Amino acid sequence: MIKKIEAIFREEKLTVVKEALAAIGIVGMNVSEVRGHGHHGGIELAGRIGTYKVDLLPRIQLNIVLSDHNVEKTIETIRQAAQTDNIGDGIIFVYPVDQVVRMGTGERGHDALTYEGDIDVRQELEAGLMNAVGISD
Amino acid sequence: MEQINSGDTAWILVATALVMMMTPALAFFYGGMVRKKNLLSTINLSFITIGLISLQWVLFGYTLAFGESVGGLFGGLNFLGLSGVGAEPNADYAATIPHLAFAAYQMMFAIITPALITGAFVERVRFKAFLIFTLLWATLVYDPVAHWVWGVGGILRSIGALDFAGGTVVHITAGFSALAFAMVLGKRKWFGQAPMEPSNIPFTVLGAGLLWMGWFGFNGGSALAANGLAVNALVTTNTAAAAAALVWMFLSWNDNKPSVLGIVTGAVVGLVAITPAAGFVTPLSAIVIGGLAAPISYYAIRLRQRWGLDESLDVWACHGMGGTWGALATGLFATKLVNSTGADGLLYGNPGQFGVQALAVVVTIAFAFSVTFVLAKLLNRWMGLRVTENEEEVGLDISEHGERAYA
Repeated sequence: MIKKIEAIFREEKLTVVKEALAAIGIVGMNVSEVRGHGHHGGIELAGRIGTYKVDLLPRIQLNIVLSDHNVEKTIETIRQAAQTDNIGDGIIFVYPVDQVVRMGTGERGHDALTYEGDIDVRQELEAGLMNAVGISD
Repeated sequence: MEQINSGDTAWILVATALVMMMTPALAFFYGGMVRKKNLLSTINLSFITIGLISLQWVLFGYTLAFGESVGGLFGGLNFLGLSGVGAEPNADYAATIPHLAFAAYQMMFAIITPALITGAFVERVRFKAFLIFTLLWATLVYDPVAHWVWGVGGILRSIGALDFAGGTVVHITAGFSALAFAMVLGKRKWFGQAPMEPSNIPFTVLGAGLLWMGWFGFNGGSALAANGLAVNALVTTNTAAAAAALVWMFLSWNDNKPSVLGIVTGAVVGLVAITPAAGFVTPLSAIVIGGLAAPISYYAIRLRQRWGLDESLDVWACHGMGGTWGALATGLFATKLVNSTGADGLLYGNPGQFGVQALAVVVTIAFAFSVTFVLAKLLNRWMGLRVTENEEEVGLDISEHGERAYA
């Protein structure tokens, strides 16, 4: 199964989220700037006098498509990197994906999601290394 | 006839250019405060006024303001089409510079004043109606009031009202006309319900900075000579703007955080307030005039918000009330030590001057407000002042001009 993670979080957390994902081998992603609000519904900004309320706030939407077995680890990584424990931290959605086709090679499915040094290759390498020195999970 | 002084003439030419720049500066000052879909439209309301009123002024505006007085109410037609206004000095208005330089300098004031009013009707005014309104307003309100205050024989000049650079003529007329127009026009769709965020506060800061610079020409040039009085006006102008910017910063800080939009608004309000006084008061008095202008306009905005009136960019609060304070403050702080051709104010032992200033303020407010109110009502009935609801939602850049600010 292939899944899509759609994570919406604070703009200023993009760098730290990207770094955290790179550290566990999540390579491919795309990012868009979105505006929105959850149930808390906005903040006050300084106006000419006093303040005024802004309801749709800027957030980052990060999209990652990956294999099912990597979803939990990725979600947890994003959540830990992006949270501030304040209201308005964001939300993560996970969807099933029917098909993936890599433009350049025509590879499909899981093959289209595998890159050199990515989360799966890294896990295989680690498993092989551990076998070689006689350690097992 | 007196001789032309080349220093005076050079300064008035420069001052004319400085005041001309203030209208595009105002375009950016206002443009930054509206939503993105109305940015070009708002900028254009100021810019096209340069075109429209330049012609009005050359053809008949100047003579209505500065022609030979008809009963103290408006100028006669002796300068129609600037006839007889040329390289020679004029004993009444331009003793040491070409009369035409005075007419050109005054033209820039006639341009910026109706441009100031546009802040009241941004984001919803029908462009065609705006053009007709502006032409009529310049002719029926600005030109007569300029004559009353500055024209030889004008009714307010005759009673001794002081207005160095246009506190009554420019700012009170614009501010109270903005109030009247906004009452007739009605509020923007979603006003008070959805946030209307300024699209580009840096534009507003840029505009305020250029206004501040241009104001040296506006007030400094009103000495009509390159002399000590011009220097005094320049220094009081800068001082009042500085004081008002700082006070506004603290007011805004006290309410929330020191808003940049607030700080630059404060600077403009300080410039407005010192305008009538610049050539009559000391730099120390300018601190008080600027410093008190900030809370007056600040709380005037709050009052306007309580009324639920969509006088969108607070022309009344900033120019109307700032100008009113400045005109009254001139009656308090004026001193002949600064300007021997002026008068002493209340604080210099002449309480009568304050009464004269107050009378000039009341007359100007009553005239500007009522003529504008009636004019707006008539135009609204005749052609409609507003775009349609759909056009307003799309934004005036697309619906009125077929353009957009950004691709």
